[in-house]
Formats: sequence, C-alpha cells, structure tokens
Amino acid sequence: MARLVVLGGGVAGHTAATFAADWLGSNHEVVVVTPNAKWNWIPSNIWVGVGQMSKEEVTFDLDPVYKKAGITYKQAKAISLNPEGNASGDKPFVTIEYTGQGKAGKSEEVTYDYLINATGPKLNFGATPGLGEGSQLGEHTVSVCTADHAEHASHELAKCIEKMKKGEHQKFLIGTGHGMCTCQGAAFEYIFNIEHELSKAGVRDKAEIKWISNEAFLGDFGMGGLHMKVGGYVVSSRIFTESLFAERGVDYITGAHVNKVEKGKVTYELLDGSMGEETFDFSMLIPPFAGVGLKAYNKAGDDITDTVFAPNGFMKVDANYTPKPYEEWKASDWPRTYQNPTFKNLFAAGIAFAPPHIISKPAKSPNGTVINPTPPRTGMPSGIIGKAVAHSVCDLIKNGEGAHLHEASMAEMGAACVASAGKGWLDGQAAAMTVFPVVPDFEKYPGTGRDTDYTFGEIGLAGHWIKHILHYLFMYKAKLKPFWKVIPE
Amino acid sequence: MAVKPEEFNFAKNNKFNNAMIPGKFARAMRTCKIWQFIRFVIINLKMIVVVSKSH
Repeated sequence: MARLVVLGGGVAGHTAATFAADWLGSNHEVVVVTPNAKWNWIPSNIWVGVGQMSKEEVTFDLDPVYKKAGITYKQAKAISLNPEGNASGDKPFVTIEYTGQGKAGKSEEVTYDYLINATGPKLNFGATPGLGEGSQLGEHTVSVCTADHAEHASHELAKCIEKMKKGEHQKFLIGTGHGMCTCQGAAFEYIFNIEHELSKAGVRDKAEIKWISNEAFLGDFGMGGLHMKVGGYVVSSRIFTESLFAERGVDYITGAHVNKVEKGKVTYELLDGSMGEETFDFSMLIPPFAGVGLKAYNKAGDDITDTVFAPNGFMKVDANYTPKPYEEWKASDWPRTYQNPTFKNLFAAGIAFAPPHIISKPAKSPNGTVINPTPPRTGMPSGIIGKAVAHSVCDLIKNGEGAHLHEASMAEMGAACVASAGKGWLDGQAAAMTVFPVVPDFEKYPGTGRDTDYTFGEIGLAGHWIKHILHYLFMYKAKLKPFWKVIPE
Repeated sequence: MAVKPEEFNFAKNNKFNNAMIPGKFARAMRTCKIWQFIRFVIINLKMIVVVSKSH
C-alpha cells in the first residue's frame, strides 16, 4: 500500500486529493494535511464582504467529505519536509503540527511515498508596515482573502453605509497593499461590488471610491494584460477596464507600491519614483503572497530548504529558473509536470509552485523598488494542475517509476474568469472573460501572445448568472455529491 | 441641454475623459433579460470550448 500525502485543502489540494482517492481506491492511502476545518470557495468571498452571502454559504466542513471519500484527514499545518528520511530511517516524512481535532499543538511525523504540496500562500500582511503582522490582518484595513476576513469586512462596510445614510461622506480605497501583490481580480471584484451596493443603498453620491494597484496599467491582472475579442474588435484589457472605471466613476492609481498603512491613511511610491498618500474611511488591500515557510532537511538533518524551495518559499518544480531578461522569457520556461527536480516523489500544485518568472513586464521605480504584479495561479489553473498532478502520482503508484507524467502547462491552458461587478439575479453584472493561454506564447501567437479566437470578454447580467451558478456548481463538486467528477475544474 | 448620464463622468478627470463609456442602449442591453439569456448561452458555449481545450 502506498501513501500519498497532500498538503493543503484549497482548490488545488482538494482537487488533487479527491481525484487521487477516487482513482487509487482502497488499495492505497490518501492523507490530507490542512490547518483548516472548513473548505472555502474563495471566489465568493467578495459577496460575503458586501453582506450578500453568509460565511456559511461559502464554506463547509471538510471532515465528513473526507470520510466519505476515504481520505485520512489531519487538521494540521506542515512544518518541515524530510525527503530522505532521517537518521532513524530512510522513509521520507513531513512533520506536522495539529491545529484541531483535539490535538492542537501536538506534532507528528507523517511518512509518505508521494507528496503533493498544495499549501496555497501565506497571506503576507507583514510585508507592508501597518497592513498586518506576519500572516495576520492588521487593524486599519479589511480583507476578503478568507471567509472570516470577508465577514468582518461586511460589518465594517455596513457601518460606513449607516454613516452615509446619516449624511456623512466616506472614502473607499480598494486594491493591493504592496508592490508585489497578485490577485488584483479579487480587489477588482470587491471595488465594483461595493460600488453596486452603495448605489443600491442610495448613498453612492456620498462615496468617493478609489482604486490603488501595483499594476502598471488597469487591466494588467498580473498577466501583462490581454487582448480580447469584444464586440467584434480585438481590444486591450486596459481599454476594457478603463471603460468600466470611467462608467462607474471610480478613480484609480496604478503602478503603486503601498509602503505604509496607518489609521485612515496609506503612503505609496509610484513607478516614476514619486511618493504620495491617500486617506480613507474604509480600505481593503490585498496582501502579497509568500510560501508558507516549509523547511526541508536531508537525512543528516542539514537544512536543504534552498534545494527544495525558491527564495520566496514556493516549491521548485520542472520550470526553467535560469534568470534572464524579459525579452528572452519563453512560454517553455513554465512547468509542465510540477515535479520537484531533486526529489521525484515531490510535486507542487496551485499557488505553492514557484513560477519561473512573472508574466507582466518587470518594472522598478528609480529608487529600485520593484512594482509589478506576481503571476496569478488560482482558480481554474489551480484545479487543472491539481488534477494533472494527482493523475501523475496515481500512475506512478500503479505503474511504477517509469509511468508517464501528466502535463498542465499554464502556457498551454486557458482560463475562464468571471469577475463580479455587482450581485443580483436581475440587476447584477460581471465581466465574463476567457484567456488562452494564461501565459502568453509569443512564438505561437506572435500578435498578442494569445489566441484571440479563444480570448474574449464582455460585461453584463449573463456574466453574473454564470458566476452565481458556478458558486453552486463548485460547492457541489467540492462536497463530492453525485456526478461531481463530470464538472470540469 | 442636460448632460446625458453617460457623459457625466467624462468631465471628472482626464483619465475618464479618454475612456469609452457605454451609452444608454449599451447599458440597457447589459441587463436586458432576453438579450442576456442569449449571451448566457453563447458565453457558456465559448467557455466550454476553452475549458475543453485546457484539460
């Protein structure tokens, strides 16, 4: 009997674990290690953050689902890896520390034959003074990164709306809280959902809403922007996005590295090197992501973290990490199998793998401050990668070390993205977009780096319907209800 | 003559002044149930093609 350990129970980890358990059956063991007791459909957190969904609607208990799937569930966080075992044995193991199940604080060594690292990110609030400490949200801003954060944000938003109803003016500042953030899409959705809710509440005229982002231009989204088919035109996402901001009267600051957050005020540096500050009554700033800080040790107990993980804490996989200038970046730099090059029984999926480089054009201010988005690896690509990696591990277990590894390069896969701009079955709107491929390939598609036959976008009520239906569909799939496997990632 | 709703934001700043802002008809179509149902079907079909090419 082989044992597969999956670190993390998010989109990538949950997908990998549930498919692996299904494909391997009871002959082998699948163990999930995740510090969370609940699964969270993160894309719907923005609706929790504006009070349009409850925390309970976007989460469910993992324990009964894993029991049903025959998965061993350990509510714990991974601390370190010993891919060669230790002095007392050759079996690789991961050291975990429980966060629940009545064993909080206790450590355990879990041996494995294969391991998938799908821990997701550390929400690095501590990277910006005042934004938070370590992975803890600070007191000056709110967040929609977790369901708890989003619930807190909705309460703070409700207080602002009450003030506006009494005639007070409120200023909203939404965006990214550091020069190297990713996930601009979540902030984009949140700002337009706030705008929509304020309009519904009849207090839009009392609100100043402002966007602040590390993107060099609106619509970069960490993908260097994209050109998409809109109404028969091939249009830059910059024009598409600027149109929405202008239509809704939302002013914006781009190319900004927020370097300090205080009560009611942020200070920032722009790409031109100038400094500025912005006041706010309500602010949601996405933190930068980092690896969760897993350590790795060899058999002798020496620290080999640098061998297994990149400096940002994400796991090295089969990508081309050779540093080279932007002009020489290629689609083929991106990983295909997500196998660690040193330890072949280690894989990474979702945010946990180290990308070879960013996708957007690198940018620095004259002061040397790096201000560019890091690559998005969430949502659909996360699920597809998780499934491909699970498939590879299952084949390795069943067919031996020579088994074919499955591939899921972000430079060859597309992504469907639905960005909400307001919730409501009759008056909601969302930008429905597809991009193919996620990482541009200028050798294959010399014009825009992407196939414009499969890269399109439009905004409207239909997009909202799709996003809302996807919410129910993915919650259903994650709960492993009948026919869950036919729902694509 | 009164300023049309879609023209109101142009005057707010230079960034808005250089952007496309949808007019009354385009905005109405965005929430027109019949038109959006048709778009819903079309967008879904397009997304299914992209999803199937990505797996």
